[in-house]
Parts: sequence; structure tokens; C-alpha cells
Amino acid sequence: MATKFPAALSPTGSVSPNAGPEGGAPPPRRSAALRGVDRIGDFWIVGVLIVMVVAFGLKSPDHDLFTRASWLNTSDYAVEFLILAVGETFVIITGGIDLSVGATLGFTGMVSGAVMQSMLNGHDNSLLTTVVGFAVALLLGAAIGFVNGYLITRLKLPPFIVTLGSLTAIGAAPALINGGNEIATLPSQLTTIGSTEIGGWIYVTVVIAGAVCICMGFVLHRTRFGLRTYAIGSNNLGARRAGINVDAHLVRVYTISGVLGGLAGMMVTANLSVAAPLAGTNDELNAIAAVVIGGASLFGGRGHMLGTVVGTFIIALLVTGLVLVGVSGSWQQVATGIIIVAAVAVDQVRLRLAER
Amino acid sequence: MSELEVGPLAGERVPVIATRGVTKHFGSVQALRGVDLEVYGGEVLGLVGDNGAGKSTLVNILSGAFQPNSGSLFVDGKRVTFGSSLEARRAGIETVYQDLSLAPDLAVWANIFLGREQTVKGPLRLVGWLDRKTMAREAEADLERTRIRIGSVKALAGRLSGGQRQAIAVGRAVAWGSKVLLMDEPTAALGVEQQAKVGELVRSVSDQGVPVLLISHNLPQVHALCDRVVVLFQGRVVADLRPADVSVEEIVSWITGASLAATTATVGALLRSTGHDGEPGYDGGPGHDREPGSGGGSGNNGD
Repeated sequence: MATKFPAALSPTGSVSPNAGPEGGAPPPRRSAALRGVDRIGDFWIVGVLIVMVVAFGLKSPDHDLFTRASWLNTSDYAVEFLILAVGETFVIITGGIDLSVGATLGFTGMVSGAVMQSMLNGHDNSLLTTVVGFAVALLLGAAIGFVNGYLITRLKLPPFIVTLGSLTAIGAAPALINGGNEIATLPSQLTTIGSTEIGGWIYVTVVIAGAVCICMGFVLHRTRFGLRTYAIGSNNLGARRAGINVDAHLVRVYTISGVLGGLAGMMVTANLSVAAPLAGTNDELNAIAAVVIGGASLFGGRGHMLGTVVGTFIIALLVTGLVLVGVSGSWQQVATGIIIVAAVAVDQVRLRLAER
Repeated sequence: MSELEVGPLAGERVPVIATRGVTKHFGSVQALRGVDLEVYGGEVLGLVGDNGAGKSTLVNILSGAFQPNSGSLFVDGKRVTFGSSLEARRAGIETVYQDLSLAPDLAVWANIFLGREQTVKGPLRLVGWLDRKTMAREAEADLERTRIRIGSVKALAGRLSGGQRQAIAVGRAVAWGSKVLLMDEPTAALGVEQQAKVGELVRSVSDQGVPVLLISHNLPQVHALCDRVVVLFQGRVVADLRPADVSVEEIVSWITGASLAATTATVGALLRSTGHDGEPGYDGGPGHDREPGSGGGSGNNGD
């Protein structure tokens, strides 16, 4: 883990700027004001999202962005890597990274699809098949995440390397299942989840993703597990000295990420009504981008769930928005890249200003 | 567990922590060569020595991070072994590390309660729902005792000054009912004014009856602050001094080994006669006559 210096001791900051306050007592009003600026600053990315909505809305022909169809498209597209980004938020806050989530999505989707197909071919009950399908995907995802976490903590390997290995190995696996062909024999309950809009506006998959976000947001920001996740990313050695079982915690965090990869796999299968071998390809990059745009630091210790949600919608909106205003889809990648760098740059500047 | 049967004579004060004949080597490097040390209630004990004298090794053994190769540790006269720093903390030995061990991205209250978080009562307890209000309130009370103003306990630790962060680390250690506080180079990274603040902090801790073992290079501060100063030299305790009786220069001469060379002839002969087989621990410096347990010849390092 990278050793992090407290702000005042950072190589660039030197001790002096912060050194005096408690002697002469800091003017409390100024520090309160500073915190206020910080808090608004934390949500500047929300402003970016709003500007994007307005801009794309006005620019799109007949204000198409504000139609039901475009909302359904955007939210539907967002579900997939929103779920991945939730797990990635935990991982990145610990100071790690999980590159394997997209591959986990594709692999779990295919395996669970194959299991469901064989159950249906044996004329099994459709509801039971759906339940078994979910169980297979979630457990398989958990197993992948557990192995990632185990290798990272026991062999002391960098998360980047371990999950890059998982990505490479698991990424190839879907091609070996069902001859690399899509699996379309799926239980009707599952495809219903993917195609039903509640009240005509919200897909069931969006509801599921939203529930995951809310639950895991509370876990991150309100529970002991969340606090320790931050503590590990902020000061790994300090967390160990405080009696936290850091290795066990990290294994749990990567396992959560894997489980959510499995859940995302099921959501994609439900959406497409087929289990597709190429599902999830490159999704890890979108998930990581969403987390980073949302204000998380790749050095760990910083990030929040709301930021991740906003970051996810910024990326999803770029895709649908650019398509609506008639820009080629390839530009979406260019725009995403620019936004990632810009988001981190703005964050760094903010931090430096706050340390003054 | 065997009682501490050496050091204090019957009826004398029992040291809060004590070591007997502690050795530690790393490969072929002998870091500690049989250290006897006592820390008594309410005192500020300075532990000084040159780089490589074994200070940090000894601190790491006392805080449970390292296990000694031989020798024993005693807490309140009872023999103990620490498999981890957590076990040392459970025995009441709190360490304020040189890097302070704070999480800069967490609020002050979270740093104070880290590892011992309080959860709410009721069903939410099962998911580990934090009782943030109670922790913030108690953290504020803990910090009040350190007499350094933090402002809000909701501020991020990384945004505070060096002295304030030191106060959090000390406040945290004291808050958890420690029997003894180990402070490793608490002033190394601080300016003059803040060093004075830390001095006050150390005093206020020992005034509450909690002894402080202060490891420092800052000899003027050690001299001004400590009730007693123990000098390590090449893995041994070579002097046990009272700052009231000696000057800073005398402490320096023990650290560099100059005083040791001067007394080797006499003390060496004395120790050989008390049964140290050719590996004498030269722990009879000026002032040792006042301290119980400083007669190194009585150590039970035969186990």
C-alpha cells in the first residue's frame, strides 16, 4: 500500500501552512465556511450532470432527451455498470482496484444461462429455474471475488495484477460455454424482469440496481463495515494497528464486488433476453470511470456512493445524449476519456485549495 | 503465570510494565542483548539512545509488534506474552506511533473510535449501524482532557495541524483506559511551539496517573520533561538517570558510549562478580541508587 502523508506533511505541502492553528486558535467561522465550500465542492459533479441534461435536452431534435424512450434507454444502459460501480466503489475506497468485474459479468451470465437452459430442457419449473439461475450467478461471482481477495491478501499481490489476471482468464471463458453461442432458452420470469417497465417509466432492473445502490450506500456511509473500508484505504497500517482484520475485510470487499458482478450478469441476461458471451466486455472501465468521476481517489480513502451514481449517469448520458444530437458513438469514448481526466484534475485542484 | 519475582523489593511499588532479559535479533544482527526496564505509575520515563541502539525494537516488543527471542514481559507484575499489537493493547499498553497512525480521510471521532466502533441498539445493530452521535460526543470529551483545541470532532483528521493530530492520537490512547502510553518520537515532525504543546500533553497524561514511556531524540525536551531517563547503547540499558541530577551533556555522553568507556573497567568487574557470564549489561549509571530494579545483576534472564 502506498504510504500516505497527512495533508500538512505531504511532500508538496510542507508543514508550515497548517502549523499554527491550535496555538492562536483558528477562527471557527472561517473553518466552518471552508467546510461549507468543501461540501458544495464535493457535489460539483452534480452540476456537471445537470448541465449535460440541459444541454443535450436543448440540442436534441424536438428535445428528444426528455422523452420516455430516451430515459428508458439511458437508465437501462446505466443499470449494467451501475451495479458494477457500486462494488468498485468499495474496492477503490480501500485503495485497490477490480479489473475483473466486466469479465465476471459475462462469465456468470453465460454459466447461469447454460444451467438455466439445461434445466428448462429437462422441463423444469420456470420459477425454480430463475431462482437457481440467480443463485448460480451470485455464488460464482462470490467465488471469483473471494479468489481475487484471497490472492491479494495472502500472496500480497497488487490488486491490479490479480484482477488483470482474472479479467484475462475469465474473459476468455464465455467462448468455451455453449460453443460461444448466445443462450436464448431462458425462463420467462427472467426475461420479464428485463422487459417490464413499472408505470411505463422504470424497468424492474433499474429498481433492482437502485435498491442495490441505496442499500450499499448505507453500508458504506453508516455502518462499521463502511467506516473500516475507508480506514483501510486511508491508512492501511493504522487500520491494522487499530485491531482491524484488514486482510479479512479486503477479502469481503472483493467478494462483494464479485457478487455484484454476478448480479449484473443476470441483469444483462434479463435485458437482452439472451445470455451473450460478449456481455460485460470493457464494462470494468466504465465502472471505474464512474467511481473516479464521482470523486473517489485511486489512492484510497475517498469516494462516496452518490458520486458513483452521478458518475454512472454522466457516462450513460454521454452515450444516449451524443447519439441524440447526432454525434457518432465513437465520440462517446473520447468524451468519457476527457471527463475522467477533467474530473480528477478538478478534484486535485480543489484539494490543494482546501489545504491552503 | 509467574509473578515478577525480581526488581522491586517486597513492599515496594510494582512497575506497571517491566522487561527482564529481553533479547531480539534479526538474522545475525543482535538488536537487543538482554534489556531490563521498568516503568512505574505516574512517571514520564525517557528512553534514549543513538540510531540502532535498539529503541524502536524495544518499543515494538512492548507494543506487541515483535516477539522477543528470549526474556519476559510483565504487566503489573504478571508475566505476559503478546502475539500481536492487539494483545498488547488489551493488556493496557497503548502506543502513539511516530506517524500517529491516523486515517487522514476520516473524521476525528472516527479516528478515536477506529477498531472499537460503537453501534446503535436494536435491530440495526446486526448490520453494524454506527452510533455516530454517541461517538462524536464521547470523542469531544476525550479530547477535552488533552487540552488542545481541535475545533469540531467532525473535521477530517488530515486537515488538522501537527499538534492537533498529536492530540488526537494521544487522546485516543488515553481514552481507551491505557495503563501505560508509549510515545515514539512524538515531536520529530513538529515545530518548536507545537513541541511545547506535546510536552504539556505528556505531562497532563502522567498527571492522570498514566505513565508515559517517551522515545525521543530531542534531548533537551527529554531532560526537561522526564522524571527518569534510560539510555540504550548497543542493545543494552547502560544508564538509568534522573534529569534532576545530570545535565543534557551527561546524557549525551552515555548515548555515545563515552561514559560507558570511562566506567567499563569498574562496572564490568562488578557485574562479572554478580554472575553475568562475560556479557555484562552495564546498567549502573549515576542515579541508579534511587531506582529499584536498576541493579541489572538480579535479572531472571536464565529462562
